[in-house]
Amino acid sequence: MKLLDFVCTDALISDLQATDRDAAINEILDKLIEAGAVEAGLKDELVSLIIERENHGSTGFGKGVAVPHVKHENITKMYAAVGISQKGVDFNALDKQPVYSVFMLLSPKDNPDEHLQAMENIFSNLQKDQFRRFLRQSTSAEEIKDLLNEADTQQLPG
Amino acid sequence: MNMVKTKVTITNSLGMHARPAMAFVDAASGFASNIKVIKDGQEVDGKSIMHLMMLAATKGTELEIVAEGDDAEQAIESLKDLVDRKFDEE
Repeated sequence: MKLLDFVCTDALISDLQATDRDAAINEILDKLIEAGAVEAGLKDELVSLIIERENHGSTGFGKGVAVPHVKHENITKMYAAVGISQKGVDFNALDKQPVYSVFMLLSPKDNPDEHLQAMENIFSNLQKDQFRRFLRQSTSAEEIKDLLNEADTQQLPG
Repeated sequence: MNMVKTKVTITNSLGMHARPAMAFVDAASGFASNIKVIKDGQEVDGKSIMHLMMLAATKGTELEIVAEGDDAEQAIESLKDLVDRKFDEE
């Protein structure tokens, strides 16, 4: 599985305006809706499920990245969005540091294995210093897309 | 150095997604021992959630847990129990 198999290329944000977690989640979901990846009618429910999930244990696992996610029976195809913040988002991260890169993953409820494969792909890349640095330095959606493509074709050193 | 290892199989239907991975890290971090988790030769740090997520340990996946340190035995017992009871998910 490749990142660009499930990352919605119309939902790549290089200049997140939000500076707190809940606003960032809203902003990224709005972008996914605008891109047609998820129905507008699902937004409120997805926002509250994602926030509930975050309150249970932050997906801001450290190193300036967060991976908020949700599984829902009305989601038929897995999609991810990427939001980059220049200012940093207070995501209540485990290391208490601001988050600069957010991968949001929306998955169908009935395919937990696919969800784990996507997470594996996201984390394998986020684990790489170069990937995190280039991601944070992206200044346009096009740059984010190019980086994801480079990651998919293994042009980045571990 | 005292080294203890065991094999476990992931049996909860959602696999080791973020919540169980965090529970694993929390449990592992309670021990002084070094904890490694191995899937098909891929070895990761059992105290790092990012590492554990890289295993994509779906239901049915066999993992080897290796603990090295003075409390290795207790660590293995506790971690094996956590996996065996399906991370309290089902």
